[in-house]
Amino acid sequence: MTDFGPVGPPLGPVGDCGEAVHRLYHFLDGELDDDRRAVIQSHLDNCLPCLDAFDFEAELRAVIARKCRDQVPDELRSRIAVAIQHEFKARGLAEGGPPRDGMSGL
Amino acid sequence: MADPAPLDDQAVFVDQAMEHMPSLYSAALRMTRNPTDAEDLVQETYLKAYRSFATFQQGTNLKAWLYRILTNTFINTYRAKKRRPEQADVDDVEDLFLYHRLGGLEAAAAGRSAEDEVLDTFTDSDIKDALEALPEQFRMAVLLADVEGFSYKEIAAILDVPIGTVMSRLHRGRRALQKALFELGMSRGLVGEREG
Repeated sequence: MTDFGPVGPPLGPVGDCGEAVHRLYHFLDGELDDDRRAVIQSHLDNCLPCLDAFDFEAELRAVIARKCRDQVPDELRSRIAVAIQHEFKARGLAEGGPPRDGMSGL
Repeated sequence: MADPAPLDDQAVFVDQAMEHMPSLYSAALRMTRNPTDAEDLVQETYLKAYRSFATFQQGTNLKAWLYRILTNTFINTYRAKKRRPEQADVDDVEDLFLYHRLGGLEAAAAGRSAEDEVLDTFTDSDIKDALEALPEQFRMAVLLADVEGFSYKEIAAILDVPIGTVMSRLHRGRRALQKALFELGMSRGLVGEREG
């Protein structure tokens, strides 16, 4: 598909813009193999419209990540520290080691 | 039976796991959309993680392991099971939806681009509200990928779904988020429908 909608500029003159846009998120997500990544990178080096679009998508993601941060309440930090300390002490008193609930590591 | 965790495991756990609290707390807020529930969810996550810390394989991704516990706890405790897959109405959202509507090329030639300027006008609350308004499955995928930077493989393990499902939810979730931000920009007169 090379028609990117009813508005906005057509994407650039060099190479396969459709391929680049199709793989945009896999590229930005770092999920392309080296060969495919090189093809897209080479296209971006030669196609200003696609480079601009990619830059926008990367900036949008950075903005989302930056603006979704929250301050941990001090009260929560201390509450968790106390709870873990309590659990640790309870374990020392119990025989047979810590309880396990079978969560496996990733 | 496995050996009990060494008695100094508390120090190891505190040293390794506590630094992830800010991102876990932010994720919990996006999931529960409620500060009280978010705090309880994070505390429950840390307690569960501490209790099963002996099963964590040192050298693997601790943050992803904590997120899996957070996600499981959220799903099991803070919301009813969903019987049907959720929908995101994004059939009318094409590739580069927001980019095309925020100015495009001509502004970029003038240095700092108009679309980046518009992004800057969104407040923290704007972005958080837009993300929190997404249906849960799409919200989780976007949160894990775009806010926390997990790989598709890690997200698949955290959510316990196939990678193809992760990509599909991410695809639709990102489109839905772009649509929501566009509509917010429209309502504030920051952006308008452009004629081709």
